[in-house]
Formats: sequence, structure tokens, C-alpha cells
Amino acid sequence: MSESNAKDIKDNEYMGRRIYDFMRWRRFAAAFSVLLVMGSIAALVVNGLKFGLDFTGGTQIEVGYEYAPLIDDVRNELQQAGFEGATVVNFGSDTEVLIKLPPEVAEEEIAQEIQEERLREQEEVNSIADEVLTVLSQHSDGNVTLRRVEMVGPQIGEELRDDGGLGMLFALVVVMAYVALRFQYKFSIGAVTALAHDVIIVLGFFAFFKLDFDLTVLAAVLAVIGYSLNDTIVVADRIRENFRKVRKAEAEEIINISLTQTLGRTLMTSATTLLVLMALQFYGGEMIHNFSLALIVGVWVGTYSSIYVAANTLLLLKVTKEDLMVPVKEGAVLDDMP
Amino acid sequence: MNRYPLWKYLLILVVLVLGFVYAMPNLYAPDPAVQISGQSSALEVGQNVLSRAEKALDDAGIDHFGGELQGKSVLLRLNSSEDQLPAKRAIQQALGHSDYVVALNLASTTPHWLADIGGKPMKLGLDLAGGVHFLMEVDTSTVVKTNLEGYAADVKTELRGVKAPYRSVEVVDNREIVARFRTEELRDRAVRTLRKEIPQLQWQQSGNDGNLAVRGTLTEQEIKQLEDYAVTQNLTTLRNRVNELGVAEPIVQRQGRDRIVVELPGVQDTAEAKRIIGKTANLEYRMEAKPNALTTTKSYFEYRNEQDRQAYGGAWLERKIIITGERVADARAGYDENGFPKVDITLDSRGGEMMHRATWKNVGRRMGTLFIESRFTPETRVDADGNETVVQKRTDDKKLINLATVQSALGRQFQTTGLGSPAEAQELALLLRAGALAAPMYFVEERVIGPSLGADNVKVGVTSVQIGLLAVLICMLLFYRVFGLAANIALAFNLTLLVAVMSILGATLTLPGIAGIVLTVGMAVDANVLIFSRIREELRNGLPPQSAISAGFDNAFSTIVDANITTLIVAVILYAIGSGPVQGFAVTLSVGILTSMFSAIMGTRAIINIFYGGRRVQKLWI
Repeated sequence: MSESNAKDIKDNEYMGRRIYDFMRWRRFAAAFSVLLVMGSIAALVVNGLKFGLDFTGGTQIEVGYEYAPLIDDVRNELQQAGFEGATVVNFGSDTEVLIKLPPEVAEEEIAQEIQEERLREQEEVNSIADEVLTVLSQHSDGNVTLRRVEMVGPQIGEELRDDGGLGMLFALVVVMAYVALRFQYKFSIGAVTALAHDVIIVLGFFAFFKLDFDLTVLAAVLAVIGYSLNDTIVVADRIRENFRKVRKAEAEEIINISLTQTLGRTLMTSATTLLVLMALQFYGGEMIHNFSLALIVGVWVGTYSSIYVAANTLLLLKVTKEDLMVPVKEGAVLDDMP
Repeated sequence: MNRYPLWKYLLILVVLVLGFVYAMPNLYAPDPAVQISGQSSALEVGQNVLSRAEKALDDAGIDHFGGELQGKSVLLRLNSSEDQLPAKRAIQQALGHSDYVVALNLASTTPHWLADIGGKPMKLGLDLAGGVHFLMEVDTSTVVKTNLEGYAADVKTELRGVKAPYRSVEVVDNREIVARFRTEELRDRAVRTLRKEIPQLQWQQSGNDGNLAVRGTLTEQEIKQLEDYAVTQNLTTLRNRVNELGVAEPIVQRQGRDRIVVELPGVQDTAEAKRIIGKTANLEYRMEAKPNALTTTKSYFEYRNEQDRQAYGGAWLERKIIITGERVADARAGYDENGFPKVDITLDSRGGEMMHRATWKNVGRRMGTLFIESRFTPETRVDADGNETVVQKRTDDKKLINLATVQSALGRQFQTTGLGSPAEAQELALLLRAGALAAPMYFVEERVIGPSLGADNVKVGVTSVQIGLLAVLICMLLFYRVFGLAANIALAFNLTLLVAVMSILGATLTLPGIAGIVLTVGMAVDANVLIFSRIREELRNGLPPQSAISAGFDNAFSTIVDANITTLIVAVILYAIGSGPVQGFAVTLSVGILTSMFSAIMGTRAIINIFYGGRRVQKLWI
């Protein structure tokens, strides 16, 4: 407890507890991280993010059939009706079909509306969704119901993309400032390195597997920043405490002690969070599928990074006891005066 | 040791009770209902409307209950949501389309005592309730252009007045007026005059021999004002139009600099919604017909105002339309020099020219203003194959709102006097403005969520919260035994608080919002995990149980605060940059962080204190 009887690590034990030598693998982990990040960047460059409707603009229509239709048939029906370039996929179950029309269709519709607005001829507004539904109903024996229509103008998408990117950078900067203020700048570099590491890998994952990156996934990535930060702060907090408490030990040993002490908590929290995310992933429905997937990847990476990336960066920056000395308050000096 | 003072227990108890009370309205599922209101606010909807509607439902064989008068409308509850559409149709048929709006609604079943203390259920977002979402962009550049064109006409008049012949006056690039002159002397005179007579613009000389010009520009601030005005004006107009749709709780909001969000819960027919939202020109100016005019050139219109209708009936107006409402740039009520109420009307430049042409030969005659309300009534058509289709038929209802004598040739700006009262002037100004969109608008985003998808989303959301919660509860119990139980109670407490706070704030629950709740469940236990692993550690360090509990809570505190504040920062940023669904997620996440800090730190501590506090404990079940 008290500082006076703090001991060195002896035989991998500190205060009667076995200390895991996390940092023994730190070079290996660093190489692994660098590799993952490089791989993610490569995937981002080669495949690019497959932006969803929210960001590209376009039209997507979800319809429900009474029986499972043949996807190829639906595609052909649409093609014949003049909807070029429509992609048709099952969504959630085999009776539900998601139709995506290229951005040009939305652009045309908007252009037409501008035209109509100028001409003041608003008598006949036929939305694309109505047309699609009519076409599909004609070819189907049962009822076809409209479940969802989304039409996003291209410039809206562009703005969202810019805002999203900006928001992410802004979040990183604010967090860096907060950590620098509450801890020390080396910690804030460590924390932000870990965050950037996590974000890049989650983005890389989505690029590599060509998964739709929409607004909810962006929200998930930001939540990953929040989660990973939470983890990193907990570890950093303990490292700071131990630097002040443990007298005779190398920085590496202190970090090992801290990581061992927080390991139980790290695993437990990751486990509970992953449990609920699994529930979302399997029972939460198709619309938040990618959202939960991004978070699941993020929680794994975030847990790993708070151990190996943040702590590793601290060692790299040669963190010392002096960095974390409690600043001497003037009041304290006065107290000592006779 | 480890005992809370009484006030802390009381505080927790009070928060707990309040949480329960304000979360309670969410347990009462609303009844599907239909709501009947008058087409115009003047129309009282009373007991006889209620009985007619009830009779219509009885005749149609639709079960209903709890019919009641609510202010100016009538609410009828139904047994199932499938009855809503048939009920709407039956009532509309019985009451007629011209006077009443029948809308689908959800009637709250919250008990009165709860509603009286402000208890209300969370609002469901469109992705859960179904409905239409539009994002419209206001084309503000045309407002600036129209405004400049108006000034350009003034410039010409002024220059003619001081005999400074110009080569041309035109609006360039929608942002400045350029007047060209032949000689420097003319240009200098023009600048002097314009600076004096039209100080609203900033005038600059430019060019040299052969290309002498004066340029007038609006200040950045004025452009912003114009844009603001245009968006606000469009917002008002849109609200009026949306009200015609008869939708319960529509949202019409400004978003950003030049966009307007329209959300219509429960609406499925986008085409109809778009038609009504997008309709324009519901105002017409026409000259009064000469008494001897042929009937083919004139039409008879009644007054819109009940009083005027009884006093004068109506008037014969010419068929020829001078201008329509879209040409009205502004209309404001005020008082003339004698203190009588008046309405100042400003037209756009083309409207001004048209008005001038129509009135300069007609001084002394009367001019009428018609207000046009469009109505869409469903009409069943049977085609050759005998298939029934329902089409929306548009009928325009034109009523006279004002008839005034033309005193002199009118231009871009004129006024109407001879109004009965200031209130009448106010209403006329409102009506004149209501018809006009200050700037064209178009749809840039459109989302429709079907009711079946909404119901599915609610179902999957609830299921995943239940399963996630259950998994976490079991996990905590297995790992931390008695302490886990305390954490679980705190977690339930936390969820109740979260729901209560969301309800009080009137926050909207969306599917990502539910995901936020699920995530909160997962992360809320983090604070407890931190505390418990700290207690275990202190025990291992050899502290006696009571001190270990105390040290565990104390040492974990700053870590929890730091970790949560940083997450909160991220949630706030998320709220700021996100739209709709993402904001829903951000709200639940932030509220969840705050409530979980309270329940996990204070709540758990209280439970542990009750359990272990103040007695000798040999061993902790942790």
C-alpha cells in the first residue's frame, strides 16, 4: 500500500503476485501492428472503402415478397423496365430484396424536380419507388410490399463523408488534448497512436472484405475510438500510479506490473462488451449488421492496442518517473515552514 | 465502516423512484387511433362530429372505443392498427372531404396522474415507427438574384431621373449589378446618385476607357439575411402545407444553412406527401370584372372570411390572372400615416412589371386577391378490367380574401388599406406570405420506412437488448458472486434511469439508439469491473475486507471518471457531426455514460454497504 515498503520485482513477482512479462513480446507485437496497419492501408488503397448509400448518394429500395423470389428474375424484370445498373440482393431473409440503383438515377430525379419546380408543374410526381414497386408487382403472384426507400442526393453524401472524416480527426485531437492535460504528452501520443491504429485496422477490415461502409458504421468507428480510449486510459492510469508508487524498477517492469494488474478488468470488460455485441450481431437485424461487426472488430483490436500499442509507444518515448512526478504545490511548501 | 449517511441512501431512493415513475409511460403501449380535426382552425370540431364519426365506424363494422374531444380535435381509439386505414376511409366519407382532416394517430394510454406530472413515453424514430423523411434544399442563390433584379429596376429608374443614360444595367453572376456608361462624367454622376438613393448596395467604380462601369454588390451580411429570410419563409410555408396532410406530430425543421427536414411519421404515400409539400402558387391577383363583361370572361368567387361572406357574398372577377403567389416576395402588416391598418406587399421584379402593366390603365377599378387551397381526395377508379385503383384527385378551392380599389399604377411595392382591424391585416399578410416560397426548393434526400420494417426493427432491437442483458447478468454473477449481484441490480437501475432520462428529454429512440443502449449495457458494467478487480487486488495485498472495499471504490474512482469523460467527448462529437440515426446513437450513448456513472458508483456502493457495511466480515464473496 504505502510507498515506503514498495519493492522491486523479484522472480517475476510483485507484492506476492506473479507478473506477466508482456513487454517481452513488444518488438514482436510492434512488428505485428505495423504489418496490420500496412496491410489495412494497402487494402484501403487497393480496394478502397465501399461507401454505402449515405456517402455516395443514390437510391435503394427494400421490398418484401410473400415467397422467396429468384434474384435473377427480379434483376431481369427491372432491367426490362429500363432500370439499368440495378443491383439486387437478398437482405436479411430470402423473401426480402434490396435493390440499389446507381447514383445517376437519384441525380436525374433531383434534376427533374428542379426542372419541375421551375416550371411549376407539380401535378405528376412519380417516385422511382412507385415505379419499381409497380414493375415488381406485375411480375409477382403475391403481394410485394415496400419496406424502405432511401434516396440520397450525391452532394449530401459528399458532405457527410467530409463531415465524418473531419469528425474523426476532431475526436482524435480533442482526446489527445484531454489526455495531455490529465496525464502527460507522452501518454497522449501513446493513446492517439493506439486510436489511429484501431481506426485504420477497422477501416482496413471493411476495405479488405468489401463491406458496405455507411453512416452507422461510421458511428461504430467513433464508438470504437471511445471504447479503445476507455481501455487505454484505464491502463495509462495504472501505469501513472505505479510509476509514482514503485520505487526501484525499470519502466518496462512497471508497465508489466500495470498491465498484469489491469488484465482481469481488461478481459472482463471486453468479454461483456463482446457478449452484447454478439447479441446485436445475431439478433439485431440486417440494418445494424455492419455496425455491430465494426464494433466487434474494434473491441478486439482496441483491447490488443491498449496493451501493446499504447504501452509500447510509452516505452519508445522513454517515459520516466520524472514525467509523472506530482507537481509540488506551493501550499505544500508553505506547510513545511516553521 | 462502509456505511453511507442517510441522505445518500435517500438520494438514491429518490432518484430510483423518479426513474421508475418516468420510465413507466413506456410500458403502456399506445392505442391505434384516428384523429379528426377541422380544415381551418376556425372550425370547431365538437360532440356532433364525434357522434357522426362513431356512427360511421359502427356502420362499417369497425370496433372502436374511448372517443373523446381534445381541444379542437376528436380522437377515436381502435383495437388494431389494421383497422386504422379502413376507419379513416369510413369517417372521411361520412364527414366529407371539404371540412375535416382525418389522420392516423397513436393515442397515449399513459394514466392521467402520470401524464399530469409530465410522464410521457419515448418517441419512436422513423426507422421504428415507419414514415417518410425528406431533406429539402432551398436554392438560396435565386433569392439573391431576384433581390438584385429588383434593385436593377430601381437603378434604371434612378438613372433616368438624373438623366444619366446608361449603356446597360444587368445582374452578373447572381451577385452584382453592373451598369455601364459611355463617359466618365456620366459614370461619376451615376455613382453619386446611386450611393445616395440606393445605399443598401455598395457601389464601386470600375473599368477604364470604353468599359466604364459602376458595380453594386450586397454585403455578405445582407446576403446571409436574405438567405435566412428565404429559408424561414419556406419553413413557414412548408409547415402550412404539411398541416394540410393531417399527420400527427410532423417535424418540419431547419437543418444547417439552407436545408429543411420534413418527417412525417406514419405516412406511406410519398407521392401524395410530395405533391402537397411541393405545390406552389396558391394566390392569384385578378381585376374585378366590369359589370357588363361577358360571363365567359369572368367568374364568381365567395369571400373566405365568414363575416365578409355574410355581408357581401362574393365578387365577379376577370378570368385573366395578373400575377400568382409565387411573385409575392414579402407581405407585412403595419399602419399607414393615418394610423389605419395596412399590408405592405413587395413583389419580385417580374411581378412588379406585370402588376404595373395591369394597373396603370385601371386606376379606380377594384382588384381582388384569391387564396387557393388545394385538397387531395382519394377517388376510386375502375379500369376496363374491373380493377379498382385509388387515385388522389386534386381540387382547388379558390376564395376571395381581399378586394381593394386601385388608387394609382402599382409597381413592385404597394399597399392594401381599408382593412377592418390590425388583426385582419395580420391575417392577410400571413395568407399572402403563406402561398409563396421565397426560393425554389428541391428534394435532396428521401427515406421511407414501411410499417412492417418498423415493427421488425422494434422486435429485433428488443430481442438483442434482452439477450445481451441476460448474457452480461450471468457473466457478472459467475465472476463476482455477491458483488456481481450488486452490479446487476445497479445495471437494472441504470437501464431504468436511461429510459427515464430519454423520456423526460423527449429524445427519439432509433434503431442505432437501441444499439447504443445495448452497448451501454456492455460498457456500464466496466465501472463495476474496475472497482471489483481493484477490491480483489486490495484483498490480495492483505487488506481486511472492509478496508479493501473502501480502497477499491476510492482507487477506481478517478480511473472511471477519466475513462468515461473521454468516451463522453467522443459521443458529443458524434452528435455534432451526425444526422438522424447517428445522433440517436450518440444521445443514448451519452445519457448511458452519465446514468451508468451514477448507478455503478453510487448505486453499487449503496448495495454493498447495506450488505457488508458496519459489521465484521471474514470473507468477501467476490
